[in-house]
Amino acid sequence: MLVLENVDAHYGKSHVLHGVSIEVREGEVVGLLGRNGVGKTTTLKAIMGLVRRTGGRIAFEGRDLGGVAPHGLAGLGIAWVPEERRIFRLLTVLENLRTGLDRPGTTPVRRERLLEKIYRYFPILRERRHQAGGTLSGGEQQMLAIARAMVLEPKIILLDEPTEGLMPRMVAQIQEIVHVLHRDGVAILLVEQNVPLTLDAAGRVYIMEKGAVRHHASAADLRADPRVIHEYLGV
Amino acid sequence: MEQIIIQTLHGLVNGMVLAMVASGLTLIFGIMDIVNFAHGDLLMLGAFVGASVLGVTGNYWLALVAAAIAVAVLGALLQVTTLRPLIGRDPLTTILATFGISLVLQQYALWQWGPSVRRISEPVPGEFTLFHLQYPWYRIATALLAGLILGGLWLFLKYGKYGIWIRATTQDRVMAQAMGIPVPLVYTAVFAIGSAMAAASGVLFGPFAGVTQTMGFDFTLRAFIVVVVGGMGNLGGSILASIFVSLLEAYAAIVVSPAQAVIVSFVVLVLTMLFRPTGLFVPTPK
Repeated sequence: MLVLENVDAHYGKSHVLHGVSIEVREGEVVGLLGRNGVGKTTTLKAIMGLVRRTGGRIAFEGRDLGGVAPHGLAGLGIAWVPEERRIFRLLTVLENLRTGLDRPGTTPVRRERLLEKIYRYFPILRERRHQAGGTLSGGEQQMLAIARAMVLEPKIILLDEPTEGLMPRMVAQIQEIVHVLHRDGVAILLVEQNVPLTLDAAGRVYIMEKGAVRHHASAADLRADPRVIHEYLGV
Repeated sequence: MEQIIIQTLHGLVNGMVLAMVASGLTLIFGIMDIVNFAHGDLLMLGAFVGASVLGVTGNYWLALVAAAIAVAVLGALLQVTTLRPLIGRDPLTTILATFGISLVLQQYALWQWGPSVRRISEPVPGEFTLFHLQYPWYRIATALLAGLILGGLWLFLKYGKYGIWIRATTQDRVMAQAMGIPVPLVYTAVFAIGSAMAAASGVLFGPFAGVTQTMGFDFTLRAFIVVVVGGMGNLGGSILASIFVSLLEAYAAIVVSPAQAVIVSFVVLVLTMLFRPTGLFVPTPK
């Protein structure tokens, strides 16, 4: 469904991605592991058209994303949950969700139903719906960032370090949501530092180092033989 | 005492008109980081269009709406043709571009309508006696109407679907795009709304002093002052600052001549820049 072929990318003059090739199939959860600064986030940004791609090809459902405007990706079914969460801080929780809910082509009934579904998964967001996004706790902001991606009813979610800096209880909740999304048939490209969580949630895992994919295996193989993980991640 | 009441009223009326002008300027700055030096000239153009429509139809309210729509369309065209290609460049380029637009609009007005002062007659006749002064009802009506328009703008931004799009884009353009909000279109729409607000203010202000092709610059300057004092891009702050600065000027005019009273707003500007560079009405950022 989502295919990256030999993607090269630059930040200014520095070459940050070296021939990255990744594939995510329909409904699949794929993990992207690696230490800090190896290009995981940059890979997601390249998909979102936020870094200058200098080589290779990114395609979604057979369509080259090179010619798609940045605001056209959501309509194709690609949602992004950035590492910094990027909540609209001065918008209320409900307004944050409305940025994606109010897109053309959704009926009020469908919007209502979608919102109900979101509130069922994240009851805390219903409670806080009239509160400004910036006043939420870190964990709540992460919930909101994921919920905001979900209202787009995407085919794939690019999930960037969703558990970073969260309390264990919140981490468990995020893990639960990843399972729910997977069950609903949403594909996920999961960037994480949390190895157990990634191996639990993902079917396949890519391991990156220095801007390139160094290893690719099924999560089951990596669980059986953690030496590779140790080699690249030092855990 | 009488003087103070009169000047308070005066300050409030001027403040409301200024708030309308400034709201467009601050909205555009907030979302695009563009200081639009042609803002006052869009106001001037609105006043001329209003005067022309009024001359033909005799209907002031029709003139008001026609001017707002015509200048909104022009604003949208200007944004698409001149400013959109400059997005992401050095801010100085956009400043120069809007300055260029300002000159073009002034010369166009001179060519189209000539150098003489146009009058827009007051749509609300009559005056009432305020102590020793005959105060026109129209000024009161103007302040109320400006308040209504600003209220409408606020409601639109607060509750409208596109209002939420605008606020989301103002806060985080990249994330707004990722949510599927067509940011380039939002930019154009905001520029059109800002232009319409300027044009409407021009028609509202027209009966006060007459319409000339050079009237815009003064408004750009005054609106710019209150936008800085209120906090760049902060709509509520600009409105408060407009009223605040206008009241100060009005009170100062009791002691010195009105022309000298204008200095007060510059003093406020300088003091704000020195001590509260994020604006008077913004909570100090943490």
